[in-house]
Order: sequence, then C-alpha cells, then structure tokens
Amino acid sequence: MIEARGLSKRFQDKKRGEIRAVDNVTFTCQPGKIYGLLGANGAGKTTTLRMLATILEPTDGTAVVCGYDVVEHPEKVRANVGFLSTATALYRRLTAQEFVEYFGRLNGLDEAILKKRVDTIFNRLDMNGFRDRRCDKLSTGMMQKTSIARTLVHDPPVMIFDEPTNGLDIMTARTITSFIRECRDNGKTVIFSTHIMSEVEKLCDTIGIIASGKLLAEGTLAQLRDKFAEHELEEIFVKIVAPHCVAEEAN
Amino acid sequence: MSMRNVGIVYRKELTEALRDRRTVISTILVPLLLFPVLSVGFGSLAIALVGKAKEEVPKVMLRGGDDSPAVVEGLKKLGTIQIVPAAPDWKDQIINKEIRAAVEIPAGFQADVNQQKSDTVKISNYQGEMKSEFATDKIETYMKEYRDKVVKERLAAKNLAETVLNPFEVKRENVAPEEKVSGAAFGGIIGYMVILLCMTGAMYPAMDLTAGEKERGTMETILSSPISRMHLVLGKFFLILTAALGTAALSVLSMGVSFSVLSHYTGKTEGGRAAAAEFVLKLGLKTVISVFLMALPIAVLFSATLMTIALFAKTYKEAQSYLTPMTFVVIIPAVAAMLPGVELTPKLSLVPILGTSLLCKELVAGTYHWNLIAIIFASNCVYAAVALFLAIKMFQRESVLFRS
Repeated sequence: MIEARGLSKRFQDKKRGEIRAVDNVTFTCQPGKIYGLLGANGAGKTTTLRMLATILEPTDGTAVVCGYDVVEHPEKVRANVGFLSTATALYRRLTAQEFVEYFGRLNGLDEAILKKRVDTIFNRLDMNGFRDRRCDKLSTGMMQKTSIARTLVHDPPVMIFDEPTNGLDIMTARTITSFIRECRDNGKTVIFSTHIMSEVEKLCDTIGIIASGKLLAEGTLAQLRDKFAEHELEEIFVKIVAPHCVAEEAN
Repeated sequence: MSMRNVGIVYRKELTEALRDRRTVISTILVPLLLFPVLSVGFGSLAIALVGKAKEEVPKVMLRGGDDSPAVVEGLKKLGTIQIVPAAPDWKDQIINKEIRAAVEIPAGFQADVNQQKSDTVKISNYQGEMKSEFATDKIETYMKEYRDKVVKERLAAKNLAETVLNPFEVKRENVAPEEKVSGAAFGGIIGYMVILLCMTGAMYPAMDLTAGEKERGTMETILSSPISRMHLVLGKFFLILTAALGTAALSVLSMGVSFSVLSHYTGKTEGGRAAAAEFVLKLGLKTVISVFLMALPIAVLFSATLMTIALFAKTYKEAQSYLTPMTFVVIIPAVAAMLPGVELTPKLSLVPILGTSLLCKELVAGTYHWNLIAIIFASNCVYAAVALFLAIKMFQRESVLFRS
C-alpha cells in the first residue's frame, strides 16, 4: 500500500529560479493493483517515484509506504520496496549472482536464507546459464533479468517501476511487462511510470495523469473514458494536458 | 548491524576494485614496479654511463710548452689522456666535443719555474660536461703533483723540513650515529614518498567509487537499497583508505627490496646509492611502523577529501580534472619538508602535510620529539575527522548526488 499525501518537491535552479518538479500530489495505490503514472518527459514522474523510494526527500508533504513514513523511516521503506528503472544499472565487475547476493545482504538476509532465495529466483527467471558471468558481459535481456532478480531478492510487498521499458527492444520489454503483471498477481502493490499509452491501457488498474508536477486526473480507464467522452487514451491524455500546457506557455 | 553493513559494502567494493585493471595498476603494480625501475634501472644505467665515461681516454689538446719539455713529457706519459697537437680552432673542438679539454703551457714555463717566477697553466674545458670534467681532473691532478714536487725540491735545496709549509693538519670527524647521518640525507624522501603515494593510491578508487558510480548509473541502484547513506559512504571510505595505505606500504617495501638489490649489484663503494641502500636496510621495523602511524591520519584526510571532491563530479573525467590539481597541493608542502634548513617547529607542525613530512624526517633519523608527535597526530586526526564528516554530509545532499 502506498499513500502519497501532498507530496511536493522543489528544486533551485540558477537560471529559472525555483522549480516545482512535483506539486502537491496525493494518490493511493492498493495491494494487488497496478497504478500507472502517465506523463510526458519532465512531467515529474521520476521525481515522484524517487520520493516514494526515498532516494529523494520531499520538500513538502509525505508518503506512507507499507505503514512507514518516507521522511521518518526511509530505511524501513526501502526494505519494503523493490525499485527498478532503466537508470538502475548493474555493477559491471560483479557476476550476476554476486550482484543479486550483494543486495540480498544489504537487505539484511542471512546467508542460509539468501542462498535459498537466490537459487529460487535464478531458477524461476531461468538465469542459471549466466549465473557466474560478469554483468558487463551480459546481453540486455540478461541484464534486465538480473535487475528484476535484484528487486525480488528481499521479496518486497511494494514494487516501483520508473519507465522500466524505456529504450528496450520488444522482447526485453515484454519480459518486464509480464513481470509487472506477475507482481500484481502475487498481491504486491505496483506503481509504474511511463509515457507509452499502450502499456498503460494493457496493464493499469488505476491511471494517474501528471503534467508540470501536478496530478491532473485519476481513475480507471473506464472512468476516464466516461469523464472525458473519448475512447482512445491518447485523446484523453491530450484533452487533459493540452489546456495546462497552453496556460504554462502563457506564463 | 551497522558495522555489518559497512563490511558488506567494503567487501563488495574490494571485489570490484581487485577486478578493475586500472585500480590494480595504480595501487599495486605502479608502486611495486616504480622503484625497481627507477632505482635499479635508472641507477644502473647511470653507473654504466659514468663507468664508460671514466674508461674513455679523453683527447686533450696541448697548446704551447715547446720550451718546457719536462712537463710536456710528463703529460704524455700519463697514459690516462691522449695528447693531440695544437690547432687554432681548439675552442670549437671543445664545444663540439671533438676534444675534451685543452691545456695551455705559457711560454718560458720551465725557465720561469727554475727562476722561481710564478706562471699560470690554463685548462680550458666544457663545464658541466662529465667527460670534459674527468679530463680536466686528470690534468689538474698531474699539474698539482708536479707543483708539489717542485716545492719539495726547493725546500730540500734550502735544507728546510716539509712542515715549514704545512704546520698542522685540519681533519673532519663525524660523531653522529650513522643512521642519523643517512636519516638526515634520506629521511625526507621516506616521508615525502609515503605521503605522496597515500595520495596517488587513494586517487583512483576515490573517483571510481563516486563519480564512476554516477557515470555507470549504479548510484540510483545502490541508493534504492535499505543501507543508510552513512554506512554506504563509510564502506567506500574504508576501501579508499585501504588503497592509500596499501600503495604506500607496497612502495616502501619495493623501495627497500630494490635498494638492497642495487647495493648488492654495485658493491658498497658506489657512494650515495649504496649508502641509501644500507640506510633502507637499517630502517628498523620501529621506524617503519612509526612513519605509518603518523601517515594514518594523513591517509584518512586524503581519502575523505578526495572522495568528497570526486563526489561532485558527474563523470570519471570530470573528477579527474578536479583531483589532478590536488597533487600539487600535496607535493608542495611535502617537498618543502625536504629542503635543507626547514626544521620541525611547533608552528610548522600544525600545517597539515608539512608537519607530518618534517616529522617523518625526524622519525627516520631516530629522533622522537614526543610533544610534537602528539601535536601533529592530534591535529591531523582533527583535520581527518572534519574531512570525513564533510564526506558523510556531502553524501546526504541530493544536489550533490543528483547534480545535473
């Protein structure tokens, strides 16, 4: 369960002054559901998810993840979260197994449990063929599997995906999307961000549309279709975001 | 739990560092090979060249002396120089190294000597050029011996004892223990080396573990794990410190071995180099340990400072351009300590690198100023603690970690 309450992040920029990257965002993600954060580049998706994963600290507001406040207990939050983005790279000089084990140890698993867990995950993701291969010698698909294994090693109840398929080929992207579904089917709380409409249509139970750091609309695909009298998500998205963009440019 | 996490990070960083060719080269291979190559290679090359120069029979042009056959015969009989006939372009020949020197015997030299009139024998050479200097030395030695012989003959003719011209002798004697003599000569180098190598050893891992991690995109991965940022930065810091001390230790070891090999190779007569070798062999375990103890807070200071600076950089290259000038910041005070006349005083002991460098000089010479040791160790611990505190603080700052 994730509850974002008035989550805000401001940055200071030398040229442009204060930037509101995320502005008073409130939403809730339920266990066993996928929440999709849809927005253009620079809309504030990554910053929002980084705050949920406690990589960044909110300037205002807070979020509660699995009962822990992201500001008060960031380490407890991280122990309950699996975070995956195209920016979360692998340690190239470690083997796939060493890499996953490292994160298992950082999550406080003791050696016996860790070994069992790693064996299970490597079998399930069919990774035994490159267990002892160094991460810089892996193919893109193998790297993605290794990243997935990392997020699973401590079996977290919450999964956060930041544009997980960005820049991946179709086959590798499918590995990721089917993994996201699997997480939901296992009862995990899943939030993921993307700018790809089709992914949202296929995967999400709830959709949040974000632009200029503000959450402009929220609901199931059906609810959004009703409300904005459009069938295509892309049309709905443009209808919601366009007036905002015009206002932004006028400023 | 807390030290466990620091240990997990440390072990992982160590594994990665040992698998990284660049780290292995800069922290293990370079210090191990630097001294054998520098001292044995360069040293034996120098010895070979000097030996060759000494073996050469230099060509010396004899100008004048037609009316002084005795001295000319004497020079020709010398055998260690080859006399060539006079030519008008003798100056050019010396400059072009066709001949090594020219000796001018003034007209009527023999007659003047017999009549007890003073003359000047002029030796022209190429100053600073080794072979020319050797030739000059040989001529000069011969001329001085010749002069002494004349003096003796004159004294004998007047029935005077030799002591008339030599009423007493002046003699130097060194009473300082041998280790202190060589310590004063080479002590500065040990401190300088240990300090500089602590720096160079820390440099590469400091960049790799901070800017390198940002560049490779693993920073976000590690920050999403439950480890606290303080444990993470401490784990990284300890690895950088290990590299700093490891590099310094390997260098001192390698220097000791290569000097002892060199001394075996050249024998003990080869002046300075052999003295250096003996000196390193004599460096007791106590000295080595005390130098390293004093270097410890300096290594902490370097590791933490380099890490903090490198953390600002987004890429490895950017980090490199920030850290390279730091080398000069370290070299200048370290070299200053080697200058003759710079002595350890309570004021200077507070200057971060200079104090330690000067103290190392004293330690190697076997002098233990306990008051100053305490001041230097304590002040360096304070500097190191401040640097480490800054590193931890910087690692908490989003604007530094996610600088764009």
